[in-house]
Amino acid sequence: MIEIDLCKRFTSARNHWASASRQGELNGVEARFSSAARVLALFGRSGSGKSTVVNMIAGLVAPERGRVVIDGETLFDSECGINVPVEQRGVGYVFQEGLLFPHLSVRQNLQFGAARRGGASAGVPFDQVVSLLGIEPLLGRSAPTLSGGEKQRVAIGRALLSRPRLLLMDEPLAALDTGRRSEILRLIERVRDECNVRIVYVSHSIGEVSRLADDVVLMNEGAVIACGGTEEIFNRSDLRPYTGRFEGGALIEARAVRHDARYFLTTFAFDGGELIAPGVETAIGARVRIRIRARDVTLATTRPQGISVRNVIEGRVAAVEDRGGAIVEVRVRLGASESEHGGRELLSRISRQALDEMQLVAGQPVFVLIKAIAFDKRSMGFTT
Amino acid sequence: MLSKEEIEIIALSLKVAFASVVLSAPIALACALLLARTTFPGKTLFDAIVHLPLVLPPVVIGYFLLVVFGKQGAGGAWLHDWFGVSFAFRWTGAALAAAVMGFPLMVRAMRLSLEAVPPKLEWAARTLGASRLRTFLSVTLPLALPGVAVGVLLAFARSLGEFGATITFVSNIPGETQTLPLAIYSLTQSPSGDAAILRLCAVSVLLSLAALAGSEWINRRARRRALGADEGAR
Repeated sequence: MIEIDLCKRFTSARNHWASASRQGELNGVEARFSSAARVLALFGRSGSGKSTVVNMIAGLVAPERGRVVIDGETLFDSECGINVPVEQRGVGYVFQEGLLFPHLSVRQNLQFGAARRGGASAGVPFDQVVSLLGIEPLLGRSAPTLSGGEKQRVAIGRALLSRPRLLLMDEPLAALDTGRRSEILRLIERVRDECNVRIVYVSHSIGEVSRLADDVVLMNEGAVIACGGTEEIFNRSDLRPYTGRFEGGALIEARAVRHDARYFLTTFAFDGGELIAPGVETAIGARVRIRIRARDVTLATTRPQGISVRNVIEGRVAAVEDRGGAIVEVRVRLGASESEHGGRELLSRISRQALDEMQLVAGQPVFVLIKAIAFDKRSMGFTT
Repeated sequence: MLSKEEIEIIALSLKVAFASVVLSAPIALACALLLARTTFPGKTLFDAIVHLPLVLPPVVIGYFLLVVFGKQGAGGAWLHDWFGVSFAFRWTGAALAAAVMGFPLMVRAMRLSLEAVPPKLEWAARTLGASRLRTFLSVTLPLALPGVAVGVLLAFARSLGEFGATITFVSNIPGETQTLPLAIYSLTQSPSGDAAILRLCAVSVLLSLAALAGSEWINRRARRRALGADEGAR
């Protein structure tokens, strides 16, 4: 359980000298949230104060007032005068830049934290961390000779080996190219599943967060806008200005039910229907969270025939969200029944012209069309 | 080739220079750390005071040392009573004068190299369980070491050449405070010293060149390590 209540004003010299603080620069950060999730994401655009919050959790930045309580242990409490020093907090930190010690070998980097926190808790053994992250071949190399992806693997291993009760990750993929990103993301999923460590993950990427996080803290301009389950936060229409103005979509929790070896397809079931997606290597029954972008969802008033689209799901229009302009968003509740409750909602982005032609109104039955190949394997988050 | 007296002069100069850097290095490192990593009220003034010996006439520094650390000076009397250390007209005084004069050079080099260590690396070390002191010893200092060594070498070379503050503070006593430059100065006052002057000047040049070459070698090695690292990353 993580309980955070922090307040920090920025009155640095930099802000003093700049006559008026620059556009987009924060005056302060105020954050209050709690979560028992395995992976909690701090999500918001750059400059929204996410990094300041994790730096305060780690003890690297001093808050004006507030509390940090992790699993019942108070690390900071301004009222009781508690401020546990950074090195005694038991909080691992993976930085965006990796920040390996350049004068040490990979092995020495990995052992840096391990040597300093002997016996505190069982932790994950050295060999297991090394094989989990696939860094055996790197052990003898010197840190500056590693590539970006390799550095980040070692940085994750180094933090894990210090046996943290909490692992903070501040945009760990931001400095990597796309290929390395999905590779490291898979590793973080394995760390989550195999190392039994709570993770606080900072990101401005909706793909990363919807794939990894159980809970999301949504931040904007130094304040917490909302905190809750990932699905709930990303599917809440009132939060859409913060969660996906440009990349609107819906999250669906599903389960792999069938593999089709002949056509390389996998079928996922959720309450409301089934989805066919390009084949993924996962066990039958594995839970997966799929993000369906609003622009990939087509609507039809009758069941179309002779069509390449694989996923045709019955549903009903739940609401039409019209903000003016050429595009409108239609929320559709999946499932044939008329019941107001249950069933997943999908978001579809269509042109206003189409809306008028189809005369869509709330409650009307529609067919939702999603191309099987619209699913991006990289945006699927698997959990065990 | 060199006479017995000349060898003694060179040995004394090396002893004085060595003692001066041993005395000043820890203090210079602490000052460099303060200047590189902290902000406090009066930091600019502190910085100016550290740099004073670089711009003041050495005679002024020497006179100041004489007033404070001489036999009658408050600092000198206190050190003599409590530690039995006296500076007046002793080689230790020459070392103190050399240390003060070389101090700004040392601090500057150390400060630059400390500032080049990213503070976030220190953050990383702290989150891995290292205390402030351990972080300094295991991360900051090793990374700043080339600059620290260069600072010590430069101050060493500077100490070998110290003249004004030394002669004002501890005078020019053969066998006790007469270092290389002072000996050369004395020889210029005597009519038959030309050959000896040339020999001592040659030694002086050689020692200074050696110190400079040493610092250059350290710099090159550090740079090559950094460059090699960059190439490896590509």
